Amino acid sequence: MGSVGKIILQRLALGLLTLLVVSIVIFTAVNMLPGDFAEAILGQGATPEAVAAIRRDLGLDQNPVMRYFDWLGGVLRGDLGTSFAQLNFQANMGATSLQTVASQIAPRFSNTMFLAGVTAAIAVPVSLALGILAALYRNSAFDKGANIFTLSSISSPEFFLAYVLILFLAVLNPILPSLSNIYEGMGFAERLERTLLPALTLTLVVTAHMMRMTRAAIIQLLASPYIEMARLKGISPMRVIVRHALPNALAPIVNVIALNLAYLITGVVVVEVVFVYPGIGQLFVDAVKIRDIPMVQACCLIFATAYILLNLTADILSIVSNPRLRHPK
Amino acid sequence: MTRISRRGLLRSGAAAGVLAATGLPLRAQAKKGGRLRAGMNGANTSDSWDGRTHSDLFMIASAQGSVFDNLTMIAADGSLQGELAESWEASSDAKTWTFNLRQGVTFHNGKAFGADDVIESFQMHLGEESKSAAKPIVETIEEMKKLGEHQVQFVLKAGSADFPYLVSDYHILIYPAGQIEEAIQQGIGTGLYSVVSFEPGVRFVGRRVPDHYKGDTAGHFDEIEYIAINDSTARMNALMTGQVDAINRIDFKTEALLKANPNVMIQEVPCNQQYTFPMLTDISPFDQVNVRKALKYGINRQEMVDKILLGHGVVGNDTPIGPANQYYHGEMEQLAYDPDQAKFYLKEAGLDSLDIELSASEAAFTGAVDAAQLFQASAGAAGINIRVVQEPSDGYWSNVWLKKPFCACYWSGRATEDWMFSTAYEAGVPWNDSQWDEKDSARFQELLVMARANLDSDSRRDQYFEMQQILRDEGGVLVPMFANYVQAISSKVGTPDTIGNLWQMDNARMAERWWFS
Repeated sequence: MGSVGKIILQRLALGLLTLLVVSIVIFTAVNMLPGDFAEAILGQGATPEAVAAIRRDLGLDQNPVMRYFDWLGGVLRGDLGTSFAQLNFQANMGATSLQTVASQIAPRFSNTMFLAGVTAAIAVPVSLALGILAALYRNSAFDKGANIFTLSSISSPEFFLAYVLILFLAVLNPILPSLSNIYEGMGFAERLERTLLPALTLTLVVTAHMMRMTRAAIIQLLASPYIEMARLKGISPMRVIVRHALPNALAPIVNVIALNLAYLITGVVVVEVVFVYPGIGQLFVDAVKIRDIPMVQACCLIFATAYILLNLTADILSIVSNPRLRHPK
Repeated sequence: MTRISRRGLLRSGAAAGVLAATGLPLRAQAKKGGRLRAGMNGANTSDSWDGRTHSDLFMIASAQGSVFDNLTMIAADGSLQGELAESWEASSDAKTWTFNLRQGVTFHNGKAFGADDVIESFQMHLGEESKSAAKPIVETIEEMKKLGEHQVQFVLKAGSADFPYLVSDYHILIYPAGQIEEAIQQGIGTGLYSVVSFEPGVRFVGRRVPDHYKGDTAGHFDEIEYIAINDSTARMNALMTGQVDAINRIDFKTEALLKANPNVMIQEVPCNQQYTFPMLTDISPFDQVNVRKALKYGINRQEMVDKILLGHGVVGNDTPIGPANQYYHGEMEQLAYDPDQAKFYLKEAGLDSLDIELSASEAAFTGAVDAAQLFQASAGAAGINIRVVQEPSDGYWSNVWLKKPFCACYWSGRATEDWMFSTAYEAGVPWNDSQWDEKDSARFQELLVMARANLDSDSRRDQYFEMQQILRDEGGVLVPMFANYVQAISSKVGTPDTIGNLWQMDNARMAERWWFS
């Protein structure tokens, strides 16, 4: 297992480097966008004096390179900083308690994780089961039906799927609430009920990818000699697939699952908006809109970290599930 | 239907009109109880209970509309009423105003309300560094005097007949003296509802204060819940599926779907929200009054109301004073599209044709670029060649508005004539987006100063009518349309006959004025 530990350390180091690059790219990109925080926040009231005053208060008039290193220094000390919106508020209004970026993101991020968790709990078993069944009855009506259904749902825009679900599950048959405004102190059951519609929408979005990968990976293995051997021994087709084919097909499947989970954490802003779900995506889009660089940076770091960690997990799982990789010659 | 109110009436559907015409009572008695849930846009994660920062509906409805009070308030019919002030009187030059405060009022934390609270709350807006949006109003005060526990005197730097109107501004909320910081953190006011929970940018829950000084005539709900829903389709869905009882800002394109739902009622309120095309009158060719006149006749106002607002608005007459204003000059002859007149004025200006650029972006108002293109087509028939320049939305207000000679813009309107004029039409003020000053109309600037301190409402009306006439005839801002507030409520909700038109959602006071029927 020593080699796995080494790989993990290597990958984590590489991950940190990736985060650094991501932060530089994002910082540069946000700075290159037309307009800055001062102009965005003032809107119609952007007189030159007001813009200059805000830039001075927030240090936006300083050299961008200096500003980046200031921010980086803070992050290395574990301080994600304070959002421009909050700083500007304080400068305007005198001392009031400030919320840091971390304290603003924390509740939103936990909501996002909750939604991702509920979605994964539905989507992963469903897609695996569908994939296995589709492989088992390949080219049957069931296989084709499942393929057509999942492919059409992945090809539809997310908001469209959301509205279709709202139409059938909230308007025509009022089973689930169309608003998912969860808040602190809400009971778990109610929270789950309110999260169900967005989770179902996201399930429709991510299922096709995972299901088709499961199906393809298994079918590819079904042609191998050891599967033929198993069949010749008289083992039932279901057992052949679950016991003999699936373990060897795990690596690619786990990879796709990781990719989709990362998507659930980082890319669901459309679904959040449609269902009024207070997740991190909406916070991120708002921050970009007003060029709130500390907030944008913090969100991007979280998104990048999610991708890096989930990919790492996927790689480790595929190594662990594959004896040839676990014991390299 | 006869004229209901000088400040415009609510058109909440044909049924109401029929009932009114037949003389039947329009509404049942207001009932107590229930939890009003409203979905509104305009919430931000940086929201707080600090009135100085409020700028959008969500916080105005939560703070001024529920938790806090002002000295005065503007009623749904546009009349001025006392809120924390019981009465007020002015000296003859309108420079000294004495307010008698209501007695026996307490804040939500039990502190008794008095003169100190008023003075300290007003002082919040002052100071070198203050960026409060109400600073221009409070700055006109030279001195604040506490005449007694329940009497405050304001001495102004110059006479202002509108002063009691101005203190109803939603930024100038009254906080408990000595506890302002705490009050901003927790939301401690004197309003009808106390804060149960508040999550900035997400939701606010309030509970009716027992034994409130407003008594039984206001604040009929036991609890209110305001939910931030920025997406208009999501708001509509929430109302249609009964998740909320009221929503603001209906998307005009889907309004028909809402109308078809028997459980939903649409409120359409004519108001002062205006979409404009200001031109810089100190830059050629807009410095020529005949060029401005040609443009006034070259724009097809009705077409814009029909196509940009989809009928949800009224044509404008190139003045910023709208149906929600006290001295709105509604009888003035309406400017209408007339390419021949436009050609005539162009010739008067010594021109056969005119080439100009019009800058527009969706940042100015929804449909601004389309409106500019409609203008281009209608003006083309009069020999005015408009080139529409589509500007980026980012930085529009910094780089285009007040800088480009001709552009698209919007104003939400102001409660009083003087407020509107002195924000955007007084010589030398920063937001004077047509550079309108004495060289254009010395008479206008003279009237502006005269009317400000005039306490006689008849002669004041004449002055404001004349100013509107000047702007209509010669002004540098095209105001082709006023956009209605269009909002929707569940049929379970009862409302008074007249709905406020200064702000959306009954002047943001639905928690105070509506009920479950």
